[in-house]
Amino acid sequence: MLRFFVVRTAEALLTLAILSFVVFISVHLTGDPAAYLLGPQAGTTEYEILKHNMGLDQPLPVQYIHFLANALHGDLGRSHITGRQATDLLLERLPATLELALAAFALTLVVGIPLGILSAVRRGSWIDRIAKFFAIAGTSAPNFWVAIMAILVFGAGLKWLPTYGRGDLAHLILPAAVLSWHGLAGMVRLGRSSMLEVLDSEYVKFARIKGLAERQVVYKHAFRNAIIPLITFSGLAFAQLLNGSVAIEAIFAWPGIGRLMLQGINQRDFPIVQATVLASSFFYIVTSLIVDVLYGFLNPRIRFASARGRDA
Amino acid sequence: MFALRPKSGGRVRRRHLRELPWVSIVIISVLAGCAVLAPILAPHDPTSIHMSRARLPPGADWAYPLGTDVLGRDILSRLIFGARSTMFISLVALGSGAVLGTTIGLIAGYFGGAVDKLAMRAADAVNGFPNILVAAVVVVILGTGTATIVAAVSLTVWARFARMIRGDVLSIKEMDYVTAARIAGLSPFAIIRRHIFPGTINTLMVITSLMMGQVILLEASLGFLALGLPPGAPAWGIMVAEGRDVIVDMWWLSVLPGIAISAVVLAFNFFGDWLRDALDPKLRRVR
Repeated sequence: MLRFFVVRTAEALLTLAILSFVVFISVHLTGDPAAYLLGPQAGTTEYEILKHNMGLDQPLPVQYIHFLANALHGDLGRSHITGRQATDLLLERLPATLELALAAFALTLVVGIPLGILSAVRRGSWIDRIAKFFAIAGTSAPNFWVAIMAILVFGAGLKWLPTYGRGDLAHLILPAAVLSWHGLAGMVRLGRSSMLEVLDSEYVKFARIKGLAERQVVYKHAFRNAIIPLITFSGLAFAQLLNGSVAIEAIFAWPGIGRLMLQGINQRDFPIVQATVLASSFFYIVTSLIVDVLYGFLNPRIRFASARGRDA
Repeated sequence: MFALRPKSGGRVRRRHLRELPWVSIVIISVLAGCAVLAPILAPHDPTSIHMSRARLPPGADWAYPLGTDVLGRDILSRLIFGARSTMFISLVALGSGAVLGTTIGLIAGYFGGAVDKLAMRAADAVNGFPNILVAAVVVVILGTGTATIVAAVSLTVWARFARMIRGDVLSIKEMDYVTAARIAGLSPFAIIRRHIFPGTINTLMVITSLMMGQVILLEASLGFLALGLPPGAPAWGIMVAEGRDVIVDMWWLSVLPGIAISAVVLAFNFFGDWLRDALDPKLRRVR
């Protein structure tokens, strides 16, 4: 177990290092920050001095090391537009993004798992139909469109919920529900198929033959095993919330990191893009590490197979 | 049908024919028809602006059956041309991802060793990585446009192809006919091309059709976020975005392209599921 943990952590760190290098290079390729900051009228001496001060006259690997060292000290550069520290902006936006992501994740788990499991247990019932509808609609209809439809129906039409900005709990409902859209569908789909598979297995049949009550068979024997793939999936779903959060935050004017990233891209504010991409990737890599370790605890087969069983 | 031949006898094939996903086939055919024949089918120019006929709701004027937008552009024509750009971009993006992933999968699986380890580590790192982040980095390098969508998509989807194809190669390369080819002195690349690649085609088709829906979704959301084609281009994601600010007054602007995206993605998902079950029940865990 320790070995597995160490190998996985080392891998995560390596991924992070490669990623930071790629992001660094790509931002570096797209132009000269010194020229950008000075504007076209600046003289060559001014330019050389600024370049020197910014460390841009050093060889690329040295610059990368500097960039890494600064990043580790929490310095991710300044916005070209506002001149503010990218780290400050990130920290400012982080609570909003976390609030939205956690709410959406909670919805995915609290609605998705029971719906998936129940739809397998009561195959063909109305619950199964609702679950199937969710599973199909959620994988087909794009979340940005669902967001606009939700605004049209619940905001503009029924006037039940606010559709703009962050505030009390009511402000959270629509964005969180829409953000959970794709993950929820995946959870229901996987929960259903996993539970159906387990219910069909030999040991569940044996538990039934043994004369255990149906309730006990389903919720004690089957459920426990059916839930293992769902744990891996929930980690994935949590990480995938990042994907959706860019569009959803933009649509609902939610002041989070996704919206910051989009603003950065649209204004060609590269330090901001770099900072938001790095922060989000860090978040993603740490999440998948936690999921893998958790999965290792739950499933002993993985523990002994070292780091090889991750392609679920 | 094409690849059903090797595994199934006549009875099985007839059963498949009855269970063909007709709804998917109809939707995909309509999409393909619109994509190929867009200039003939579209009643109007999708980008020409006529303020005199702006803001027509669907059905108000039968010359514009699905209405017009704020600038008087015909929605039906924009949807038809949108089918063309969706189809074109998604196929190119998915195609390049498939070629890249298949090549890596074939090489990694056949040669094994360090190459294999490295390729699979990379695939694991990429698989599941939030593609919006990849897109953000690509936009920084290339700016917005078709090339950006293609690059952002293929840089993420190759991993799925590489993993699955490699799995196939591992079992195929143990076959006697591969050993025979090796003994006969064929070069590794000739063996891969003539004896191993054909065995991976079923997997390739299944993953391609399963991924198509996701690629279309990604393409649409990049368009919606203004990271794809230029504003005003007839693409479904862009159309949804254009209707967003006037959704209360002109619901049809966002609703119709959204339905188009959903229907097409649904069709490809169903078709992919069907193909997977028909060709190879082993692949049931692909998604």
